[in-house]
Amino acid sequence: MSKVFNKRTGIFVLLALAIVFPLILGENRYVLHIMTLAFIYTIAIYGMNILAGYTGQLSLAHAGFFAIGAYGVGIFTTKFDLNFWVALVLSITITMVIGFALGLIALRTKEHFFAIYTLIAGYLIYLLIDKWENLTGGVRGLIGIPKPDPIGPLQFNSPVAMYYLVLFFLIVSIFVVVRIVYSLTGRTYVAIRNSEELAQTLGINTRINKLVSFVLSVGFAGLAGGLYAGLIRFLGPEIAGTTMVFTFLMYLVVGGLGTLAGPVIGTMLFIWLEQFLQGFQEHRMLIFGPILVLIVIFYPTGLVGAYYSIVNKIRNRRKNKHQPAAPVVVESSNIQSREV
Amino acid sequence: MALIKLEALTKQFGGLVAVNQVDFEIEKGKITAIIGPNGAGKTTFFNLISGFHRPTSGTITFEGKDITKLPSYKVAKLGIARTFQTTHLFEKSSVIDNVIVGHRLRTKSNLFDAIFRTPREKREQKEAYEKAIEVLDFVGLVELANKPVATISQENKKRVAIALALATDPKIIFLDEPAAGINPDETDGLAKLMQRIVESGITVCTIEHKMQMIMGIADNILVLNHGAKIAEGTPDEIKNNPVVIEAYLGGDLVAEIN
Repeated sequence: MSKVFNKRTGIFVLLALAIVFPLILGENRYVLHIMTLAFIYTIAIYGMNILAGYTGQLSLAHAGFFAIGAYGVGIFTTKFDLNFWVALVLSITITMVIGFALGLIALRTKEHFFAIYTLIAGYLIYLLIDKWENLTGGVRGLIGIPKPDPIGPLQFNSPVAMYYLVLFFLIVSIFVVVRIVYSLTGRTYVAIRNSEELAQTLGINTRINKLVSFVLSVGFAGLAGGLYAGLIRFLGPEIAGTTMVFTFLMYLVVGGLGTLAGPVIGTMLFIWLEQFLQGFQEHRMLIFGPILVLIVIFYPTGLVGAYYSIVNKIRNRRKNKHQPAAPVVVESSNIQSREV
Repeated sequence: MALIKLEALTKQFGGLVAVNQVDFEIEKGKITAIIGPNGAGKTTFFNLISGFHRPTSGTITFEGKDITKLPSYKVAKLGIARTFQTTHLFEKSSVIDNVIVGHRLRTKSNLFDAIFRTPREKREQKEAYEKAIEVLDFVGLVELANKPVATISQENKKRVAIALALATDPKIIFLDEPAAGINPDETDGLAKLMQRIVESGITVCTIEHKMQMIMGIADNILVLNHGAKIAEGTPDEIKNNPVVIEAYLGGDLVAEIN
């Protein structure tokens, strides 16, 4: 009981912090911008987590879909003069439709073949953006994307307003992911990750479920991409690149693959580490690399997984001290099993 | 009445004939055992019925309906459940969390229900949970419901796997070597469990190597060797069948099965 209470308070504290964050900062626009960008990445990574973390299918085309969402908004607003919100909805739809078509083929492959296939698909998206100059501006990029249009009295001219806008979408995304993870659909995805064979004998149509999970996952990427276009207002083909997808993956793996808090924790950690390591420039990978390797070796479920295993260890030790004869009981199994 | 009827069932993997022209009927409400030396094609036989492999030729009929070409998830929905030789359970997760998903195929909640947490989602979650408790109680593991699978014994893992199969509300359950790797006392416990499953109205078909157990509980036995049916009958008939004895012992010695 107290655990639930603690968890809930923790979430409220974090939420309150996120809300008052711009007020504390005052005039520091740069930090606000970094946070807004980090939230956008987090949305995309939540999408990646649904597919890779919960359904067990590692797609490396995720940055490609992020770029489709971003370029969709960019093209609709600059070339067709559409309202930002209409463009955003259209872009997410297009991202999901392309995701559906690609998923239909890609999901015929499994495990590392699926990862390789999607990596190539992602690279093709990158090439398409890079070479299709008439539409995307090619290497010169797409410029002059307008700010999100006002909704009634709500204006999005200031960085603070953008911050709250993105925060709103992040909270909605997390809410949706939490609902899915704790639902029968979420259990179905976990069953597929655990063993596709077993899932099939339990009457689960693994193909349809993987496809829905894939489309949902790219939908998040499309949303994040669209917001990115509205925030940065300039797009280059590198957002579809392989560096981008592996950055997402690194954030997710270090935070915790298949955990609810993983995407937030991983992204925040790296975004801030990156700020502190600005001086190292490209050499910062010398620091990130070993962190990643150590995490994968010792804590395959990332920092969140590490946290739970340490908490469990301490609890067991305490328990054993009180009742030396009692068998080892992992009390928080319920929570852990959902998180891990 | 035959619940499952197999006619000239054949499965070839390249040049290897894993199951060869098998005709067989599985009776409703009975315990049917499939025995045979290693590599006789027993597991392939299960894989064919449960839709994992498509037969090269022959037909499979379930309750008068041709299911030869159905994929495994559809076969499961019709009421055919199975377990695997290795349990495939999610070790880090609790017993109940493993079993709840077993009832998923009887629920209809989709992504929309999940996101909006509709009354249907809530009701079906409750149903799946209650079903899981019910089947765990049936296999005698309800006290272990919240323990991680990794911390329970091998025998109990087998029981969880059976509970998971039972959670699908099957008409027939196929058990692939349920007693492999567990001690004699536990084997007796599993035999009793199988009898209770049959008493509850679910037909049981099992692959097993432990002859003592099989001879004690099976109503009908199918003997496979090199993919072909070499004998079929009651335990007494099988025990004294010279062809079976030869397949197992490679000679005309009298087998001391008891």
